[in-house]
Amino acid sequence: MADTKTRKSSSVKIIRSQPARVTRKKPNVAGGILSFVWLAIVAIPLYWLVLTSFRTQATFFTDKPLAFPSDPTLDNYALVLENDFWRYLANSAIVTVFATALIVACGFLAAYAIARNGQGISKATFSVLLLGLAIPLQATIIPIYLLIVEMGLYDSLIAIILPSAAFGLPIAVLILVNFLRDIPRSLFEAARIDGASEWKAMLSVALPLARPAIVTVAIYSGLNVWNGFLFPLILTQSEDKRVLPLALTTYQGLFTINVPAVVAAVVLSSLPVIALYILGRRQLLAGMTAGFGK
Amino acid sequence: MTVLATRRAAAKKYRVGPPASLSVPALVMFGFFAIVPLFIALGLSFTKWNGLGTPEWVGLDNWATVVTDSSIAHSIWLTVGLMVLSWIIQTPISMLLGVFLAGRERYREILAVIYFVPLLLSSAAIAIAWRNLLDPNFGLFSSGAIPFLDQNWLGDPNLAFITVTLIIAWQFIPFHTLLYQGGARQISQSMYEAAALDGAGRVRQFFSITVPQMKYTIVTSSMLMLVGALTYFDVIWILTQGGPGDATRILPLAMYQTGFVANQMGLASAIAVVLAVVGMTLSLTITRLSGFSRMESQAEGE
Repeated sequence: MADTKTRKSSSVKIIRSQPARVTRKKPNVAGGILSFVWLAIVAIPLYWLVLTSFRTQATFFTDKPLAFPSDPTLDNYALVLENDFWRYLANSAIVTVFATALIVACGFLAAYAIARNGQGISKATFSVLLLGLAIPLQATIIPIYLLIVEMGLYDSLIAIILPSAAFGLPIAVLILVNFLRDIPRSLFEAARIDGASEWKAMLSVALPLARPAIVTVAIYSGLNVWNGFLFPLILTQSEDKRVLPLALTTYQGLFTINVPAVVAAVVLSSLPVIALYILGRRQLLAGMTAGFGK
Repeated sequence: MTVLATRRAAAKKYRVGPPASLSVPALVMFGFFAIVPLFIALGLSFTKWNGLGTPEWVGLDNWATVVTDSSIAHSIWLTVGLMVLSWIIQTPISMLLGVFLAGRERYREILAVIYFVPLLLSSAAIAIAWRNLLDPNFGLFSSGAIPFLDQNWLGDPNLAFITVTLIIAWQFIPFHTLLYQGGARQISQSMYEAAALDGAGRVRQFFSITVPQMKYTIVTSSMLMLVGALTYFDVIWILTQGGPGDATRILPLAMYQTGFVANQMGLASAIAVVLAVVGMTLSLTITRLSGFSRMESQAEGE
């Protein structure tokens, strides 16, 4: 008895004084090697992408593929910008902003009703949305195409916004419900007793408290819509309704073997999200695993 | 007394909360664009329709085709192959990288910043980038400096499928690494300390502590991978359009081409129904089997 006691206490002492020696006796060689192999797999294509975007078409064929451009140029970027890049960017921005706003607004209202009422139609809504989490978007494109055509919305930005928003709802509501359920009911009841309407209680109590969850939902849904390809592909056709991901295939067709220009378009289209990553990396990453990360 | 009583009554009254009808906009939107289409797809699967005109009732013709057509069977096998292969490639790498990145050392944080960059690129950007990078005439490997890598990766029917699978892995491993990093960080450090005191080495610790403790992360990640593999469209569409031949024509591509290229909307709808049923069955099964009912139990309310 006494023996184990002293052993325990001495080991505790070791942990306290030299934690590194206990938990990390030898370096993690296998992990280290894998991590640098993976670094190469991730970084080399990205490095090639960026370097190539600064090459002239001539030096692209003569330079070594991973060497610094011998005649660096911004012409490729200029060429992309001249070819309607701003319009595609604006289209993507419009689609993303409106779809995300719809998801956040409808999602928050629904989540609030589900979390605080949970009866009747709000209960039904939650069941439908949870089931909906499992519906692959791909399986619905033909009927959605049909519905959009029947509604006279084919080849408009609204045609992309509505279904994109609809498919963003399940995960948005799930995240918001989980968050709102953790807010003590007494807060709302106190607000009501103090004379606030149900509407006011929602706007002045629930909304500010749920801000972190709303930010997460906005990031997650916004990125999904921004990167969306299939809905724009089947629901629009004219050039002035094209969004960025679809436009990249247009650039590939337009520039064909002018690889530096194609690659510049890829880099340019990714800049907005990369800027967000630089500004708020942690928040962005947390938003990406929204609802799955916990 | 009376003040207290009215207060109590008031509190009871206010406990009702907001009207349930606040959820109607979400229900209508999701119902209209996700649930209704499923039924329309089911209906269309019994018709012959070219996308214009009126659908013509043909009974079970499309379903007979789905069951007997060898190219659809081929697509189903490719989809299953992609699913299994994606899981086998992505899970161990993501898990090891995630656990490695869970460490708080400075250099690991810098590695993490770079690892997660592919997450920022759209599928279209990734596909266009790889298509050019792997181009047999102008691509990174076309100089022949490393003969093994100088292949027609996307143009050779024997290589295209594995190439596509690897590009998809490149795209999604960062996301799953992020999940595993989060999962690994929640494991209590004291478990490792206890194991180390008992003489367990790193490998033993990994399999006896890390893996079992990350059970939920493994389930979540696997579910997203398997169901995701069922729906990859954009990357493959841009890389190969399902080719060369039908070497990468997985089910969603087969559906798209049958419907929007060959204008056989009825048959394409039948494929869509298969896709929906398999997808939903898969996620519900995994959810059930793993006892991963966190989401469901919350759905049932308090």
